[in-house]
Amino acid sequence: MILAATGTIGVTHYLVVGAIMFTAGVVCMAVKRNALGVLMGIELVLNGANINFVAFGSSYLAGEGRPPLGLDGEVMALFVILLAAAEAAVALAITLNFYNNHGTVDVDRADDLRG
Amino acid sequence: MNLVTDCLLPPPQGALLLAVIDWHAALFLLFALVACGAAVMVVLTDNVVRMALHLVLSLGATAGLFFLAGAEFVGSMQLMIYVGGTLVLLVFGVMLTAQTKLVALQTPPGDRVIAGILAAALLAVLVQSAVSIEPWRRPGRAEVQPPSATPLGMALVGVRVDSPAAESESRRRSGYLLPFEIVSVHLLVVLVGAAYLARAKRRRTPRPIDVVASADPPPPPQPGEPERREATSVLVGSGR
Repeated sequence: MILAATGTIGVTHYLVVGAIMFTAGVVCMAVKRNALGVLMGIELVLNGANINFVAFGSSYLAGEGRPPLGLDGEVMALFVILLAAAEAAVALAITLNFYNNHGTVDVDRADDLRG
Repeated sequence: MNLVTDCLLPPPQGALLLAVIDWHAALFLLFALVACGAAVMVVLTDNVVRMALHLVLSLGATAGLFFLAGAEFVGSMQLMIYVGGTLVLLVFGVMLTAQTKLVALQTPPGDRVIAGILAAALLAVLVQSAVSIEPWRRPGRAEVQPPSATPLGMALVGVRVDSPAAESESRRRSGYLLPFEIVSVHLLVVLVGAAYLARAKRRRTPRPIDVVASADPPPPPQPGEPERREATSVLVGSGR
């Protein structure tokens, strides 16, 4: 039914999926009180952006002519994946340190530097 | 006939329509539903272990979407680095910090309502901008090349082999050798820093041999320190 309404898959469909994942990640970052939940929200946001990169770089999805990004989209997605891995490592180390010092992972309790 | 050529065939007539029932669209719908549904479940679940499980589902389905878009290398990297590496890291974090009162930290309902309103607005803007561009809705007819990671690898070491040779030198896209090096050094620095941050804490209490060697009573502690430690323990014990 949805397929009949939307026709063949194009860049737009990928963008919609990316938008939903991005929004879910933003809400996850804003709402979760567990620091690891905030981390997972960041991963979702980066993945939503990655879907857009790959969709714009895919020659199977673009209209006539060359895709807007081409290979650049795939390379950007790879860099995003690598930086996300690095970010997860550092953020997890910070979270473990916070847990060791305060005995909790509730981000609302991380207010030692509040002015 | 493989998946890629299926979706690129011109729309066939009659019975052939069923034979070529757009596996691209069907698989896209499957992966997209799993990815989006699991992403929404990550938001709605309060249990951090289940959130990690849903995140695995969502990222795995995203890798499927990458395969469908023809980015095989990125899809496999997504599976290896994200699902295999980053999430194992996250699950270790969950296990190391798992306490019964911390596993399910409740979100206040007022925050949920505000977040829902903001999410609806953001989603409306994003979807509107995605749908409003006409050329993005048309599927591609680009010439299909056999899948290969060669252009990607050559681009990462600085040589672009994917742009047509007829293009002028100025319009040809450049390679990625410098970002590649920067990212590799960045990864090294980050991993060393993470190992430093997450190292085991050394005890601050003086060793007995030092006390004996000094032959003096240990100096009284600094005035600020004991109070702070007590305040921290009270804070932890109260468990807001």
